[in-house]
Amino acid sequence: MTDIRIEVTGLRKSFGELNVLRGIDFTTPRGTSTVLLGPSGSGKTTLLRSLNVLDTPDSGIVRIDDVSVDFSALPAGKAGRAEGQRLRAQSGMVFQSHNLFPHRTVLENLTEGPVVAQKRPVDEVMGEARVLLDQVGLADKADSYPYQLSGGQQQRVGIARALALKPRVVLFDEPTSALDPELVGEVLAVIKDLASQGWTTVIVTHEIRFAEKVADQVLFLDGGVIVESGPPAQVIAEPREERTQRFLRRVLDHG
Amino acid sequence: MRGISQKYFKADVSVEDGGAADLSQGRGPRGTWDILRSTAWPMFVGLVKVTIPLTALSFAIGLALALLVALARISPYRVLSGLARAFISVIRGTPLLLQLFIVFYGLPQIGLKFPPFTAAVVAFSLNVAGYAAEVVRSAILSVPRGQFEAAATIGFGYAQTLRRIVLPQAARTAVPPLSNTLLSLLKDTSLGSVVLLTELFRESQLAAAESNEFLALYAFAGLYYWVICVALSAGQKRLETRLNRYVIA
Ligand SMILES: Nc1ncnc2c1ncn2[C@@H]1O[C@H](COP(=O)(O)OP(=O)(O)O)[C@@H](O)[C@H]1O
Ligand SMILES: [Mg+2]
Repeated sequence: MTDIRIEVTGLRKSFGELNVLRGIDFTTPRGTSTVLLGPSGSGKTTLLRSLNVLDTPDSGIVRIDDVSVDFSALPAGKAGRAEGQRLRAQSGMVFQSHNLFPHRTVLENLTEGPVVAQKRPVDEVMGEARVLLDQVGLADKADSYPYQLSGGQQQRVGIARALALKPRVVLFDEPTSALDPELVGEVLAVIKDLASQGWTTVIVTHEIRFAEKVADQVLFLDGGVIVESGPPAQVIAEPREERTQRFLRRVLDHG
Repeated sequence: MRGISQKYFKADVSVEDGGAADLSQGRGPRGTWDILRSTAWPMFVGLVKVTIPLTALSFAIGLALALLVALARISPYRVLSGLARAFISVIRGTPLLLQLFIVFYGLPQIGLKFPPFTAAVVAFSLNVAGYAAEVVRSAILSVPRGQFEAAATIGFGYAQTLRRIVLPQAARTAVPPLSNTLLSLLKDTSLGSVVLLTELFRESQLAAAESNEFLALYAFAGLYYWVICVALSAGQKRLETRLNRYVIA
């Protein structure tokens, strides 16, 4: 199998008149972390949602591992939805506002997808879910409801829920933006852990110092295109493009 | 006659007063309590055999229909949501009694004739569906978008998302207004008396017409309704507590 986990080619997405993604191309090698930077409204969320097919791109090709979808030639109706589902199943999504299921316990939040959607054996899934909870430091919270947890704990459950699906890649959309500052560290630590364990991740974040440490590749998105890309030592430490420099100055001043 | 008189008037008034008193009291000196005692049972039978099953069946069927109508109303398919909207509008915009008459007397004209109880279930179910559909719709829409999306990312399809994620959360919002619908329905089944369905209220009417004890009999029928409503309200409280267990108090 190829070493490229994610391959995006000519991805376009507009909402009505608004062209949000105007031709995105990038690849992500297996087991690496890609950090997506960019000003607010530049299309970072739309790009992640396109990978998970929560938004359906207008055109372009997305390949994740062995599933590839050409959105320019997506059949209408059921067949198209089925293709989208297949691509979606390749990635796990961690939302900015965790979106845990409030009426399910922590453990049930993890097992719901694997048991109900993937139809895997309950015993096996339960065992794996407990291992995952242990990994994100919440083994003792298995039977709690989400409202009983702190924001940082909730987000760690959100991460574990995504991992429980055994996805090929994990997508993070500003996983710490909704958190109180003192809770950011525990979530970033978990994400860093995943990266070191060989998970392939794509992370949207404004935590530049974290990005420097964890990223193998940084993409700077602005105006619906990737303006600059490369290792953090280049894009963050010595950005070539003026727009990247301006963005980093602004973010680092406030950080 | 002598025994009754002894019991209620502590004397045999029928003999002392001669025939005059008997004539003026057409139905004789049967006391109010006696009449209540003898009609309590038929009324109870009307309650248990007609009023309660009619309410329960109509509510269950109406709720199921309401879910379908609400889903149609939310759906992106114009024709479907248009039909749902029209149905809701007609049900809410016409009197329940008229709807009952249409099912009882109108539909037989086009060959749709049901036995009385079935006809009543049809009419009341459709009525409940019209009202509950709006409740169910707004309850579904009150569930945050992120819940639908989280369900999608874990691989759930439409039906799974609805059944396992959305409806359990929507229930919390929907239970109080749906309880109102249920209480209204229980009381509205008394309209069945107009089409001669022998439910609780009809039984009290029959007894009242015979004895002229209107106040006592209707008050007693009211007591039956009231007791059931109180019990249902208690049930609602328990259900709400249960559904609120995963939310911060
Ligand atoms: N569903 C939508 N409908 C209309 N406009 C949208 C929708 N989603 C996003 N947008 C617009 O697309 C642009 C990019 O949004 P987003 O991808 O969320 O940017 P970012 O995550 O980088 O802040 C914004 O202008 C936003 O208002
Ligand atoms: Mg965003």
